[in-house]
Amino acid sequence: MQLSNRSNRLLRPAKPWFVYASLFIALVLNYVPFGYHPGIPDWVALVLVFWCIREPQHIGMGMGFFLGILVDVGKSTVMGEHALAYVVLAFIANALARRIMWFPSLLQALHVLPMLLVAQGLMVGVRMFAGEAIPEWDHLLSSVVGAALWLPLTYLLLLPQFQPLDRDDNRPI
Amino acid sequence: MSVSDFQTHPVFRRGVSAKVRLLAYLTICVVVVVSDLRFRYMEPVRQYVFTAVSPLRMVASEPVKLLGNATDHFSSLADLQEENARFRQHQLDGADRLLRFDELEQENAKLRSLLGMRKKTQVKSIAAEVLYSVPDSSSRKVILDQGKKAGITHGLAVVDADGLLGQVTRIYSSQAEVTLITDRNQAVPVQVERNGLRGVMFGVGQGLQALGDVPKRWQQAIQGDTGPGSLELRFVLANADIQPEDRLVTSGLDGIFPAGLPVAEVESVDREAGAFARITCRPLGGVDKSLRVLVLGRAELPPPQPKPETGEPPPPPVPPRAVRQFERN
Repeated sequence: MQLSNRSNRLLRPAKPWFVYASLFIALVLNYVPFGYHPGIPDWVALVLVFWCIREPQHIGMGMGFFLGILVDVGKSTVMGEHALAYVVLAFIANALARRIMWFPSLLQALHVLPMLLVAQGLMVGVRMFAGEAIPEWDHLLSSVVGAALWLPLTYLLLLPQFQPLDRDDNRPI
Repeated sequence: MSVSDFQTHPVFRRGVSAKVRLLAYLTICVVVVVSDLRFRYMEPVRQYVFTAVSPLRMVASEPVKLLGNATDHFSSLADLQEENARFRQHQLDGADRLLRFDELEQENAKLRSLLGMRKKTQVKSIAAEVLYSVPDSSSRKVILDQGKKAGITHGLAVVDADGLLGQVTRIYSSQAEVTLITDRNQAVPVQVERNGLRGVMFGVGQGLQALGDVPKRWQQAIQGDTGPGSLELRFVLANADIQPEDRLVTSGLDGIFPAGLPVAEVESVDREAGAFARITCRPLGGVDKSLRVLVLGRAELPPPQPKPETGEPPPPPVPPRAVRQFERN
């Protein structure tokens, strides 16, 4: 595993417990009642996309569906609204994973933005089906903020994989 | 060797293709959405999942609560003194009314028994605390710390000291979800206290507004406030007798909210909007602020409607859902 496929640095493999723990923390962050501020990213979608790109063999549509149902219940939205969006999100991310890994992090963020927008669009679609009004434009800000957080998130979530394989306790730094 | 005899090596076998799995998941999702929206089949599942994730939600709401407490802690002395003075005044105002209340109640009971009327059922109320607001930007809902165990049922009114806050829309075993009156889908039948003019109050929530309103809304969001004009009184004719600063109270016509609960104050009346006036109102209760609330027991149903000439059975009292449907059409 590398930072991107062009990077020379080899990373350690991702630990399954860390993947699940990060998704769990994202779920808790989604439950935080921030109030009605626009532009708060959908943490679960973001972390889900990240692992769907980094670990397409293990994290995919099943995880998206499961997390979607949990978010739906937590946010008291229509059952299946987030699930539908996350399933499609995971499918696109899995399908594009091989391509995206050839780009540096900033260009990866440009790939992630339309994915998050598609997911938001699906959620708005389900809401309109349920009879709600179209939200305002600043609703889309949440995806933009999410994509902007891609670079810091990449380094944060890959932190355990940056550790050297054999720790040298005598090393000065 | 025909094509059908060809078998992939087990190493290359990947199971069902991604597109087929996507299709399967999409089908499940659509079935779930439709069965939740149209048939409410998903409520039991929701109950179980809610119970499973409620500890997580409690943990998640802690930091926000902490922030709120910290703000309270550092609120200035002047604020507290002002509040204290207001409460004193309030108590004084209330005291003499309270004294008269007992007397009036007795008198009322006597008169009622004289008239041979059915005794109005005592409205039982349950005190509850707001645990957290639902983290969804397009709805205005809060979760209470009392649920089915405390005797809360669907559709009960939720009030604070100043007025109506909302209605119980979902019940879990020890928590309940309240849709605030500022939610887009919440309707309250009201009447003007001054002259008894009736109307239906809707929340504005977050509708499709002009782009120019966005900065204003952000400012309100930063202040943690729904701001003024978060309620709208609809279907009131443009020439109706209504003016700013009129108080609106529940009319009790729906048989769900007890009559006479203060709801809102008229803020502005625009009579140029069309056949109906565009009336924006400000909630009287602390819709976004109150943490301690009272869930009022069910009010008595209104007397059955008079039988029509055709001899058909009288239609049941209109629940607020029908009002919502009306709005959609």
